[in-house]
Amino acid sequence: MEDVFVIDVNKLTKKFGAFTAVDSISFKVKKGEIFGFIGANGAGKTTAIKMLCGILIPTSGDAVVSGFDVYKQSEKIKKNIGYMSQKFSLYEDLTVRENIKFYAGIYGLKSGVIKEKTEFILDSLRITEAGNRLIKSLPLGWKQKLAFSIASIHNPKIVFLDEPTGGVDPLTRRQFWKMIQSASENGITLFVTTHYMDEAEYCNRISMMVDGRIAALDSPMNLKEKIKADTMQQVFIKIASQRVILN
Amino acid sequence: MYDLKISDVSKKFGDVNALRDINLDVEENELFGVIGPDGSGKTTLFRIAATLLVQDTGKVKLSGLDNIKDYKKIREIIGYMPGRFSLYPDLTVEENLKFYATVFGTTVKENYDIIKDVYLHLEPFKKRRAGKLSGGMKQKLALCCALVHKPKFLILDEPTTGVDPVSRNEFWEILRNLKSIGMTVIVSTPYMDEAKLCDRVTLMQNGCILSVQTPAEIIEGFGKKIFSIRTDALTDTLKFLNEYKYTENVFLYGDVIHYIDIRKEIKVDILTQYLRTNELKNITIKEIEPSVEDCFLTLMREK
Repeated sequence: MEDVFVIDVNKLTKKFGAFTAVDSISFKVKKGEIFGFIGANGAGKTTAIKMLCGILIPTSGDAVVSGFDVYKQSEKIKKNIGYMSQKFSLYEDLTVRENIKFYAGIYGLKSGVIKEKTEFILDSLRITEAGNRLIKSLPLGWKQKLAFSIASIHNPKIVFLDEPTGGVDPLTRRQFWKMIQSASENGITLFVTTHYMDEAEYCNRISMMVDGRIAALDSPMNLKEKIKADTMQQVFIKIASQRVILN
Repeated sequence: MYDLKISDVSKKFGDVNALRDINLDVEENELFGVIGPDGSGKTTLFRIAATLLVQDTGKVKLSGLDNIKDYKKIREIIGYMPGRFSLYPDLTVEENLKFYATVFGTTVKENYDIIKDVYLHLEPFKKRRAGKLSGGMKQKLALCCALVHKPKFLILDEPTTGVDPVSRNEFWEILRNLKSIGMTVIVSTPYMDEAKLCDRVTLMQNGCILSVQTPAEIIEGFGKKIFSIRTDALTDTLKFLNEYKYTENVFLYGDVIHYIDIRKEIKVDILTQYLRTNELKNITIKEIEPSVEDCFLTLMREK
């Protein structure tokens, strides 16, 4: 089977004045892949993600996301991707149902579809009885699973997850990753950033950024072999602190 | 004696039991870790110890001083770093530090020896506004500000949350140094792997203490065998292991499967045999050491 690439990045660069935040990065992400995007604070991850999501215009280079060009078709990109982050996801003062309705409305879903989707989400997360509760009254783990479901409400081909699991207990984290894995089995591409290196182990491939560049890009197993490390934690520390470039 | 004794402490916010009957002793000069997910009660416990919050019931003694009666004296000997970044974003690195020194009636110069190790990381950015620092740098500045009055007892609430693994390593090195010059340090974290860097660790969940142990005791106490399994068909392997009658828990971990068996004595051969009868090929099975997270999950299930 031939690989289908849903993200294709070529020499993508972003400069802020004299500072190069993202320095000519190139990579491709396959359909259905869980693609981990890791790096130290300030390595350029957020800038790169913003360009891929169509909210920041690159200085140079090319990127095609879900078939759309980041320069000319950024509005189409926004409609065709899902985005979830730990810092901003749901409105605390709205109920579960209101949040679903709000986001579905933003993505232009029809009211019949919204009703159907609402029941589907509540049912699959087994939180039907909590539908009218305010988001702020829910445990963090529920919020995160709900935020992920809402980020996928418009059936996007790609979902960007920016540190989705910060502070969550390990049991919920594992359940969350099961959701990610089943989304991947259904052909959705997951682009994930995380500071938890055990989560990096769950990814099909990892791209690690150092000083605006991609220092390493491979499966967790291959990275561990190349670096001669037992864990992704060790891989991260070796690459980031010794500035090893494998790519 | 710069120690902390918490006896039968409970705290409610409305209907929520933030802390339920907590008993905890932190010894002098210990590097003591409090590990648990968001909402487990870590911050409430730390705020009570730092005299910023009063418990509903129970007693808290820090260095023999009562956290309610003697709160002023306690504040002189502790350094507290809250979980939320709470320095002045519009002041520079230097200005923030100077401000905190002045509040405690001292100067940066007078106590420079104690903050020196941390401040050296920050010095290149001393004219930069605190709000413009990266996550790791912000945390180092916050630590400097908590140290500038030379406290004997440090209370650090999630100093490494959202910080990348390299900066986290540096931060823990700094904590070990502070211990080596005689400080008592109590530190909380949601990262289970940081447990092994502490002298002793308590695991918290839902306002309760699940255990207080050394990192080695946590791992030894796991009491079950955990295996890393790789085959030519991971999804099928998961299915077969889920159906296996000796399975305690099985889950995908990156590109391998982690499997916990309920039997005390179990050999790799027996597992290989089982998977072979299910027509799986290229089977590699290794016994591995459980992580603190595995132990935490087991404790969570038991309680």
